[in-house]
Amino acid sequence: MTEVLRTDGLSKSFGGVRAVHQVSFGVREGELLALIGPNGAGKTTCFNMLMGQLKPTSGEIYLRDENLAGLAPREIWRKGVGRTFQITATYQSMTVIENVQMALISHHRRLYSIIPYAHKLYRQEAMALLELVGMADQAERACAILAYGDLKRLELAIALSHDPSLLLMDEPTAGMAPKERIKLMQLTADIVKQRKISVLFTEHDMDVVFAHSHRIMVLNRGVLIANGSVNEIRNDAKVKEVYLGGGNLFEKEKDSSNA
Amino acid sequence: MGLFIAQLLTGLANAAGLFLVASGLSLIFGVTRIVNFAHGSFYMLGAFIGYSLMQVLPGFFGFWASVLLAGVAVGLIGVIVEICVLRPVYKAPELFQLVATFGVILVIQDLALMTWGAVDVLGPRVPGLKGIVRVLGEPVPQYDLALIALTPFVLFALWYLISKTRIGILVRAATQDREMVGALGVNQAWLFTGVFFLGAALAGIGGAIQLPKGGADLLMDFNILAAIFVVVVIGGMGSLPGAYIAAVLISVLNVFGVTYIPQSTLVLMFVVMAVVLMVKPYGLLGREEVAGEHGQVGEPERPFKPAGTQGRLLVGGLLAILAFVPLFGSSFLSVLVSDVLIFCLFAASLHFILGLGGLVSFGHAAYFGGGAYVAALLVSTVGAPMEVAFLLAPVGACLGAVIIGWLCIRLTGVYFAMLTMAFAQLLWSLVFQWDEFTGGDDGLVDIWPAPWLSGTTAYYYLTLVVGVGGIIFLRHMAHTPFGYALRASRDSKRQAEATGIHTKRIQWAAFAFAGAMAGLAGSLFVFSKGSIFPTELEIARSFDALIVIFLGGVKTLSGAVVGGASLEFVKDFLTRFEYWRLTLGLLIIVVVILAPDGIVGSLRKFGERLGVLRGVEN
Ligand SMILES: Nc1ncnc2c1ncn2[C@@H]1O[C@H](COP(=O)(O)OP(=O)(O)OP(=O)(O)O)[C@@H](O)[C@H]1O
Ligand SMILES: [Mg+2]
Repeated sequence: MTEVLRTDGLSKSFGGVRAVHQVSFGVREGELLALIGPNGAGKTTCFNMLMGQLKPTSGEIYLRDENLAGLAPREIWRKGVGRTFQITATYQSMTVIENVQMALISHHRRLYSIIPYAHKLYRQEAMALLELVGMADQAERACAILAYGDLKRLELAIALSHDPSLLLMDEPTAGMAPKERIKLMQLTADIVKQRKISVLFTEHDMDVVFAHSHRIMVLNRGVLIANGSVNEIRNDAKVKEVYLGGGNLFEKEKDSSNA
Repeated sequence: MGLFIAQLLTGLANAAGLFLVASGLSLIFGVTRIVNFAHGSFYMLGAFIGYSLMQVLPGFFGFWASVLLAGVAVGLIGVIVEICVLRPVYKAPELFQLVATFGVILVIQDLALMTWGAVDVLGPRVPGLKGIVRVLGEPVPQYDLALIALTPFVLFALWYLISKTRIGILVRAATQDREMVGALGVNQAWLFTGVFFLGAALAGIGGAIQLPKGGADLLMDFNILAAIFVVVVIGGMGSLPGAYIAAVLISVLNVFGVTYIPQSTLVLMFVVMAVVLMVKPYGLLGREEVAGEHGQVGEPERPFKPAGTQGRLLVGGLLAILAFVPLFGSSFLSVLVSDVLIFCLFAASLHFILGLGGLVSFGHAAYFGGGAYVAALLVSTVGAPMEVAFLLAPVGACLGAVIIGWLCIRLTGVYFAMLTMAFAQLLWSLVFQWDEFTGGDDGLVDIWPAPWLSGTTAYYYLTLVVGVGGIIFLRHMAHTPFGYALRASRDSKRQAEATGIHTKRIQWAAFAFAGAMAGLAGSLFVFSKGSIFPTELEIARSFDALIVIFLGGVKTLSGAVVGGASLEFVKDFLTRFEYWRLTLGLLIIVVVILAPDGIVGSLRKFGERLGVLRGVEN
């Protein structure tokens, strides 16, 4: 299977803190890959480097054969990478559908267009995306009054708007009720199948992780300590050890909505 | 050498007063995040009150007692202002409070005029420090030396208060993290009041202490305002040592500037500030602004759509009425309406970047006045036809905005505001001092419209078409993808950048566009008056636009126009009375308190409550 993304010795230090250290892995085509680890393990930092929000201290990132070094998030996005944030980032002064339309306008390179009304552009496409994530009935609501779980789903719709080949999802189900979580991950799994995209996601809810991921990587204190199939990870001694401190791997983590 | 030392000492002595006033401003901003325009007024009050006290308290000790008492008195006035005017509006959108402090300036100006009259008073010399000391043969006033010796103690005392006492630790905590102070169980309201007392008292002492070197007059509030903001920004907002270094830097450079490059005096400090900010975007000792710290405070702007049929009919009706003004109204009314329209276009252009883009510019007059000067210069120097000059004015303003925008857009928040102001001030002093070319203070005259547009009526219609057209075009832009991208960059830079939007470039383009529209307003202005003076480039002109936007409602689309029209008509009426500033100031304060969302925003809420308008669902 070909790899969509490949990192090689990816590292990031903040002052003296080694947030991510020598992390190398690949994301295969059409794969739903989980990156798990306790709070502060370095998952978000990894995502920030992959998407260009942070510059790695050392190491390389390749999107297919292309080196992503020095590219800004907006340039990486144009290469077909989408992401959702652990702490949601949406346009509070716009309606739900306008949030999606904004991304579509950018995708179609019409940001500097000054003739048409923005709220009339790509409405159908935007509505289709909202339907996909189950937000169509809230399309005209102000984004500022959405519940947190709905914001997460809206972010997913935004992230899908340029038909990405790789999607990075940082705790997509944080702040949702357990039933909702399963539903959202099921939806993500379906999208992966239908659209043949690859997804790298982080998640604290182990039910969600074990139910849907094709492969799991475990990060602890910035170091990748395991990388394998669901079963392998379940029986990995080192992983068990890491999770013994913070609770049992097979029990649900209590709090995963933290920032 | 002796002269050099003497000048250095004069500069250091001048820095004393400047530092006192600026440190108060820095404290107030650091803790309350209020940009206190009235700080210059506190300084003026300190000078006048100090002067009055010195008339009754004689001798060496009388002088220093007067200085301290003036500080206490002004501190108490600051407390009154904080409690009556600012407390009710802390929850309002960011920077809204500056409108309130602007009202305070007007009120204090008239109160000072009533109390002390319109004469300048000369400060008394200090008993015991009247003499001079010879330093390397050059005379240096004893009082200067006293000030130089005193300032480090003041700095130390303030530093001690802030970093060693419990109150100081709370204040510092509040500067860094306001929520935390609340969590510590400290009454934030009283902490703010206390800081306001201290800040105002420092300004008052600063005013009183400079009396022997200067005096007191009714213009000193505005005259010091720019300087203290510059000092605070160069030093780094909220940093006391930074303010001290900056005050010394500015004062010393100023003394040398006066001697060696006299034409530099008006602009020197702004050049220094621009250079410092370009090298250190947060001032010498300032810390980086935490993202979101200056983001949207209060509820976010509502989603908006282009006006429906009803709205369009309303605007159409209004236009029809305006079209009939020259036919039925007096020519006086025509001129007034033109003035208001031009001002509204100017304000609307600022609203585009300020409201939709979150880019608070304190120097938008640069493009209004700049456009006007481009047109005037084209007519007066190369004899360009009016039509050509009229159209090239916005182009020129746009070019200026492209260059200045490129330099400013890297900064954010208050630093961005101050750098835009610095460049506006640079332009102003350039125009002011380059007599041969720009006419300097005398301005450029005889800039009249082409024959087919001359006459009050013809020009009125031009203003109506271009002014209203411009305002409608600005509104249209808000609904286009470009306008949306600008809002997206303001709402969430993170998301915008992660979905392909080059936020800085969008903001830069918006800045240039707003500059062009301001230039268009300037173009209309110069041909309607037939002349142009440097006053159109002044800070006061920039603030006019800023004030009406907040007054009208910064989070509404029509706020700038409604605010602009309201204020201009009210001003036109009030200026016929003697103490109009007092009335206008009080009026502004009342509006600010009663309508913290601005006129349009608050009317909308009121309408929703009555059920006339559809509100937001919850
Ligand atoms: N900008 C920063 N400056 C300094 N340290 C940082 C910064 N960002 C992250 N860190 C540190 O890097 C480490 C990894 O943080 P990161 O946010 O990547 O963890 P995470 O795995 O996403 O945790 P969580 O599950 O809580 O989201 C933490 O120790 C954090 O304190
Ligand atoms: Mg994280």
